Amino acid sequence: MQHIAPSRKAFLVANYAFLCLLAVSCVLPLVYVLAMSFSSSSAAAGGLVTLWPVGFTTKSYEYILEKPAFSQAFLVTLERVALGTAVNMFLSILTAYPLSKESTQFKPRTFYAWVFVFTILFSGGLIPWYVTIQWTGINDTIWALILPGAVPVFNIILLLNFFRKLPRELEESAFIDGAGHWTTLIRIFVPLSMPAMATIMLLTIVTHWNSWFDGLILMNKPEHYPLSTYLQTIMTQMNLTTLTAEQMEDLANVSDRTAKAAQLFLGALPILLVYPFLQRFFVTGIVMGSVKE
Amino acid sequence: MAFLKTWRNLPLHIMIFPALALVLVYSYVPMVGIVIGFQSFLPGKGLFGSEWIGLENFRYLLDMPDTLQVLRNTLLIASLKIVVGEFFPIFVALLLNEVRKLWFKRGVQTLIYLPYFMSWVILGGILIDILSPSQGIVNQMLGWIGFEPVYFLGSNDWFPYTMVMSHVWKEFGFNTIVYLAILTSISPSLYEAAVIDGAGRWKQTLHVTLPGMVPIILLMTTLSLGNVLNAGFDQIFILYSPSVYDSGDIIDTLVFRTGLQNAQYGVATAVGLFKSVVSFLLISVSYIVSYRMANYRIF
Repeated sequence: MQHIAPSRKAFLVANYAFLCLLAVSCVLPLVYVLAMSFSSSSAAAGGLVTLWPVGFTTKSYEYILEKPAFSQAFLVTLERVALGTAVNMFLSILTAYPLSKESTQFKPRTFYAWVFVFTILFSGGLIPWYVTIQWTGINDTIWALILPGAVPVFNIILLLNFFRKLPRELEESAFIDGAGHWTTLIRIFVPLSMPAMATIMLLTIVTHWNSWFDGLILMNKPEHYPLSTYLQTIMTQMNLTTLTAEQMEDLANVSDRTAKAAQLFLGALPILLVYPFLQRFFVTGIVMGSVKE
Repeated sequence: MAFLKTWRNLPLHIMIFPALALVLVYSYVPMVGIVIGFQSFLPGKGLFGSEWIGLENFRYLLDMPDTLQVLRNTLLIASLKIVVGEFFPIFVALLLNEVRKLWFKRGVQTLIYLPYFMSWVILGGILIDILSPSQGIVNQMLGWIGFEPVYFLGSNDWFPYTMVMSHVWKEFGFNTIVYLAILTSISPSLYEAAVIDGAGRWKQTLHVTLPGMVPIILLMTTLSLGNVLNAGFDQIFILYSPSVYDSGDIIDTLVFRTGLQNAQYGVATAVGLFKSVVSFLLISVSYIVSYRMANYRIF
């Protein structure tokens, strides 16, 4: 039995306690929101809710699901995530492949790579970006949420670094067997890069799900807002302005607070659902990407 | 022969084309759009129909009383975020490294980067609720131990620090994971040698672990230099209100309000241009330094 000094013991106890608190602090806010969303409006108003629903009711959720604005926004987000992820993945794979070639094989590689990298170093800023999108005429359509961010340079870099780690011999033997670049990409590179692509895909889904600012400024009609934008408007509006009589009536049974909590929780739910998968791929992917030899 | 090579590489050009076209339209056209900053821009007249006014927009900015304050707010919030956001994860990684119970270590690791993937809309909504001075659970708990309610989001004394704290809380898990990966790559033989030399855990941390982490710490710090003017638009836009403009208004929120709410396109572009140029210089310097020091390459 090894002897442990008292000071070491004290440190260990404090360490475990601190880390425990830290981990709990990352989860508790969500638990609190969940509890709030299932609580009655009076309990919420009275400040009785902590980590367990008080006066359990599903009224808040019924109220939200009846509201057309919420389900509309949800549909827009679904469309955005599906379409946006497909476009992003397609472009990432297609762009990473040529950029992963050596300059000796594909001379303009360095030039192309810098064209892409320069966009993460410098940007025209919000207003010129906004004016450009207006000029291309895609604002107020779903494409406004997809095309301007369709080329995820960081993901492309992640993927091209992965491509470069694949053995050269695979590619060479494919060429000898008569395969061209397209066949090599689709039949060899893509199937071998599934872990890296899973990482990128999850990341893209999360990004699209979470994006709200583009919806706010590029969509003219609130019916076209994606869910995050919709949530952002209810968070800030209801907070600052007073409610109209009509809204008051609506909220007689459901308080503003419990309804907001329910919507926040529904907004966070998909992230919670993909979180286990994110853990599996993301940590390895990111550590792989950030710790380059 | 050269022709043959070009022909064989044609598919590579075709593959790049779609992304290239999109980047040209949505990243490079806006860079040309910077000229708006030197115009009295009217959307109806377009980029080359609007009146050129030289540096008038910049002069207007210098005369505006808020400009200096906004710059000061941005620098304060952003640099605090960089410093605290850099050191807190190192601290947590070192503490986690002392944990011997594997299930506990894994459990903590699993939970701490959950907020990282949540958007500021969700986290902001939660923060607005729990930090509310009248009803929020945080102030209730402060009340139990006899404190006056704190206006975390409503007072100029607190707002910047609330931003820094909540930012670090959201982001620290991610960097902790990166640092932990570095920690595990330190050779165990170094620790064995230290033990033979009579070093306790504390001395081991001081003389083996920390020196092993210095390169990555320097690298991460250098790379975060580009964020000096980036105080975090999403977070502040969602959490601020006119009562904390004095301490919480930053470059990005100013651009949004002047440009998109008050339609002063020229002025807002000028502010944005200032930020873009400074950030560009800082990022370039940080990449060059990282390349020289740590042989860090982007691609």
